[in-house]
Amino acid sequence: MEGMFLTLHEFMVYTKGITYILMVLALLGITGFWLFLTEGDEAEK
Amino acid sequence: MSEESTTASRSYLTPFNMIAGIIIVLGLIVTVLRFTKGLATVTNLSDYNPWGIWIGFDLMVGVSLAAGGYVTSAAVYLFGMKKYHSAVRPAILTGFLGYALVVLALHYDVGRPWRLPYPFLVQQGTTSLLFEVAACVALYLTVLFLEFSPAALEWLGLKKIRQWIVRFTLVLTIFGVVLSTLHQSSLGALFLIAPSKLHPLWYSSYLPVYFFITSIIAGLSMVIFEGTLAHRYFAHKMDPVHLEEKDQVALGFGKAAALVLAGYFIIKVIGISAGNHWHLLGTGYGIWYLVELLGFVGLPCFLYALGVREKNLVLIRWTAVLTVIGVVLNRLNISLIAFNWHLPSSERYFPHWMEIVISAFIVTIGLVAYRFIVSRMPIFYEHPDYKESH
Repeated sequence: MEGMFLTLHEFMVYTKGITYILMVLALLGITGFWLFLTEGDEAEK
Repeated sequence: MSEESTTASRSYLTPFNMIAGIIIVLGLIVTVLRFTKGLATVTNLSDYNPWGIWIGFDLMVGVSLAAGGYVTSAAVYLFGMKKYHSAVRPAILTGFLGYALVVLALHYDVGRPWRLPYPFLVQQGTTSLLFEVAACVALYLTVLFLEFSPAALEWLGLKKIRQWIVRFTLVLTIFGVVLSTLHQSSLGALFLIAPSKLHPLWYSSYLPVYFFITSIIAGLSMVIFEGTLAHRYFAHKMDPVHLEEKDQVALGFGKAAALVLAGYFIIKVIGISAGNHWHLLGTGYGIWYLVELLGFVGLPCFLYALGVREKNLVLIRWTAVLTVIGVVLNRLNISLIAFNWHLPSSERYFPHWMEIVISAFIVTIGLVAYRFIVSRMPIFYEHPDYKESH
């Protein structure tokens, strides 16, 4: 029965918990990606 | 036969002309069959699969790949990125031809062409997404025609009308962006009505957002891809400004595409998480989903970024091809491959060869029209009478 959701509340707590962690990683990741993408721009200036 | 006429007849018998000619003749025959014998004769459509490749490829893919028009004109006229000005006319032309062919393809699927204005004049289904898509496509095709018309009017020497239309460039651009935002997303929203038919990995309440964002990616990549082909086959038609700016366009659009792809990748992963569909990734459809997500979103995102960092234009141009294939794959997955995924294979849709002929016929008409226009009108160069008038 592990991993089964019995209520909508359980489902939302689980999926939102994972999604919030992913969002933090995504924000860090996109910042790193932006630095990777624009690294050459500074050198050009 | 004189030598002159022999040379003239030889010049028309190019491989492109011959293949295009064969496809057009076949297409015309199938067109007659379609409009005289009906859908059942030329398609494999059924009650389970009412939308085939004429919608999944010609319409869904056609509209997304024609997004270069609004993306480029917004960049230049709304965001003031004048360094990309030389890309506007080719992008508008591709957009205009793309939408015109989408409307043509729709006639094959819907039938009774004389009833095309009915949604506007006879029976307005204002609560339907299809009505909104029809209204936006009709209005946006008109906008694209007006945006494209200065090139045709310069060619025809109609200076006064051309000056009059050019005054409305900014208004037309704003109108074009608004209409594109509406109908690009609405095409995705069409599938919101079918949560039980579309595979859960592709189905999401964010589908309209996904469609809109992928249209930006498709638009940016198509401008790079089309610019590469145009430079290869029509370099003799390009003026020095166009030739000088083409690398800058590829670098700038590649950078924008990398960033939008990164954002799209994130919201796709968030979509899996919000639906808690992780367990489906291990299935056959899940692996196919990962191929789309990693191979045609994640990989091009990284390759664009690498190409921009290292100013590697060859890499950027090949990545544009990969991205365009990815958008085509995404639209086909949603409308055909992952649609009705639970049906037994005997009930699944595979296009009839005559459906494929019509799709090839429509693409060929687009290529022939594109070649006709860029060979005659000032698309890749500024008309000498109108220099510095932008």
